[in-house]
Amino acid sequence: MTVVVSELPHSPLELPRTIIRPSGGWVSLRLQELWQYRELLFFLAWRDVKVRYKQTALGVAWAVLQPLLGMVVFTVFFGRLARVASDGIPYPLFSYSGLLAWHLFAYSVTESSSSVVANERLITKVYFPRLVIPMASILAALVDFAAALVLLIGLMAYYGVHPGWAILTLPFFIVFEIATALGVGLWLSTLNVQYRDVRYTVPFVIQVWLFASPVIYSSTLVPARWRPLYGLNPMAGVIEGFRWALLGKPRAPGVMFAVSSLVVVALLISGLYYFRRMEKHFADVI
Amino acid sequence: MSNIAIQCDGLSKQYRVGGRERYKALRDVIMDGLKRPFRIRDDLRSSGDSAESESTIWALRDVSFEVTQGEVVGIIGRNGAGKSTLLKILSRITEPTQGQAEITGRVGSLLEVGTGFHPELTGRENIFLNGAILGMKKAEIICKFDEIVAFAEVEKFIDTPVKRYSNGMYLRLAFAVAANMETEILLVDEVLGVGDAQFQKRCFEKFRQISRGGRTIFFVSHNMAALRTACQNGIILDCGRVTDRGEINTVADRYLASLSKHNGTESVETKSFTVGEVSIRSLDGPVIKTFDDIEIRVRVLAKTDIVSPGMFLSILSLDNQRVAALAFNDFLNISGLKQGDWCELGLRVGKFPLLAGEYEIEIDLTDLGHHKIELIARRYNFEVVESPVYEGRKIDQRFGLVGLEVRAFGGPVQNALGPRVGPRVGPLDNANHKV
Repeated sequence: MTVVVSELPHSPLELPRTIIRPSGGWVSLRLQELWQYRELLFFLAWRDVKVRYKQTALGVAWAVLQPLLGMVVFTVFFGRLARVASDGIPYPLFSYSGLLAWHLFAYSVTESSSSVVANERLITKVYFPRLVIPMASILAALVDFAAALVLLIGLMAYYGVHPGWAILTLPFFIVFEIATALGVGLWLSTLNVQYRDVRYTVPFVIQVWLFASPVIYSSTLVPARWRPLYGLNPMAGVIEGFRWALLGKPRAPGVMFAVSSLVVVALLISGLYYFRRMEKHFADVI
Repeated sequence: MSNIAIQCDGLSKQYRVGGRERYKALRDVIMDGLKRPFRIRDDLRSSGDSAESESTIWALRDVSFEVTQGEVVGIIGRNGAGKSTLLKILSRITEPTQGQAEITGRVGSLLEVGTGFHPELTGRENIFLNGAILGMKKAEIICKFDEIVAFAEVEKFIDTPVKRYSNGMYLRLAFAVAANMETEILLVDEVLGVGDAQFQKRCFEKFRQISRGGRTIFFVSHNMAALRTACQNGIILDCGRVTDRGEINTVADRYLASLSKHNGTESVETKSFTVGEVSIRSLDGPVIKTFDDIEIRVRVLAKTDIVSPGMFLSILSLDNQRVAALAFNDFLNISGLKQGDWCELGLRVGKFPLLAGEYEIEIDLTDLGHHKIELIARRYNFEVVESPVYEGRKIDQRFGLVGLEVRAFGGPVQNALGPRVGPRVGPLDNANHKV
């Protein structure tokens, strides 16, 4: 929808003017309008957070328990029994740091891919920039991430691992991961509106993706010459970046990360445009 | 600056129906892709019927109109006439296929009360969430918070999850948030159709208050009586096109007249008469409304000589209650008829009190000179259309069958034992305050 909104302060003489007409060709992202609706973004995220652990006995502890239990299982099977190499980091810490990043991604993608369909009522009854919906579900996932991060600090203290200056780059990697999740989430949520197959595909894809990412094992397992190719999986770059920022190992982001960055940028931009292009049909198709 | 709030030029909206499934499965798309090399042959084979399999309908066709600032417009039309589609386009939920609309001012759309309410959240939380969804700023909501809670009358339960609310509380709260939107243009779809009569009246008053504030309101409702009181102008939509536009009462009457079926003119026989025509009409307009003056005419042909023609005429509700019965000869005696004479029997009723609904007329033709009473084998039905009675409240069967002309009085009283005019009615004398 091409909508020209010249939003001036609400003086009675200068009313905003909206033109509604069929759109065609390339659409603008209208990020400015998104900014105007930032409060709605926070309210929707806040709603998701509030509602998620209602009527659960353990409440927000689930946010920590999920990666923690994952860590225990991985440590027993991969750390102890299979003796997977972990770059010299204690395996529990190694897997937990990977799982921390992984859960943020998996949760964001799962939630955002179903978010548009789940908010059908809103979409068919009220206008707002639709981008707010998948964004809000990712924002809500960050709250769980923050809770799980606290436990990581505890684990690091327990194993006596001190973060170096690289820890300062952690926010960058978090943003990078959000961009990855958003790019994937935008594609899947848009597809989900039209093809409900997505709902059944996502859990499987997430599972396979976990094994394709260096959560259980280290990316050093991949032969050096294949690493740029491995970087096509952006989560490889993300998780290695996390481990480097938090634990100082295995090494600073290199070629693999550069490849991942390119993939993420492409994914995010194409996702944004695809979403914006299709959103005009949401209310009719959903 | 022009004072046009909404201007539509040739708005059209096309929907795809039938043919394809509503949800395309990804599998189908992949299969389509795989079949592509063979597509050409398929296309050749099925080119004839491919156009029909994907049929489309126009939910709106070439809709053009202007609404000036401060105008309150009612959109009238049958189900599927395109009313909701029009509101959806104007509120930017869906996009037109053709044409354009220009809107000056912020638009608040109220297509449903309680959009985005979450049952697990408390009343307080839902006010903020719903407000944000409707496009209000947080500061604005804080500012209006007390007013919203007071209007909804949920002070005590404001920190209770709304899933524990009664239906009425839920609706009141949802409506209260929406009614406090402060946009220059408000699009309202059938929100008055929910809740009990008391709630509807309050909503309705709130809208009148809003419209007095000089804001443009676009109203879709099936409650014709509400539209008549709330709106100045009406637009009739039929099959996606604007078929009529003008002052609300004129437009509503024309619309209702176009709907109402015409009464039977085919002749019915009794032993001594042939009934030519039975008609009932309002003397005040094209449709019968409560408190109109009405006229009932019966034309009969005498099959034998009649000494004193007359009739008993009953008005029945659809559940067969006799609402009123009249004997023609109580009012008028007319001269006898020869075989083959035509005769007209007419009754005029002033301030016809029946409330909106369908009724039937049952007629016995009489010749009291020969002690003949002959029932006409069929009944004639007519409809009283919804119109404002009791200050425009939506009136249905719960209000009974007849309308009364009422004027309420009263207020705080200094001395309850003061001088009185007229007899005391009983201990509930001051019940009038609540009417």
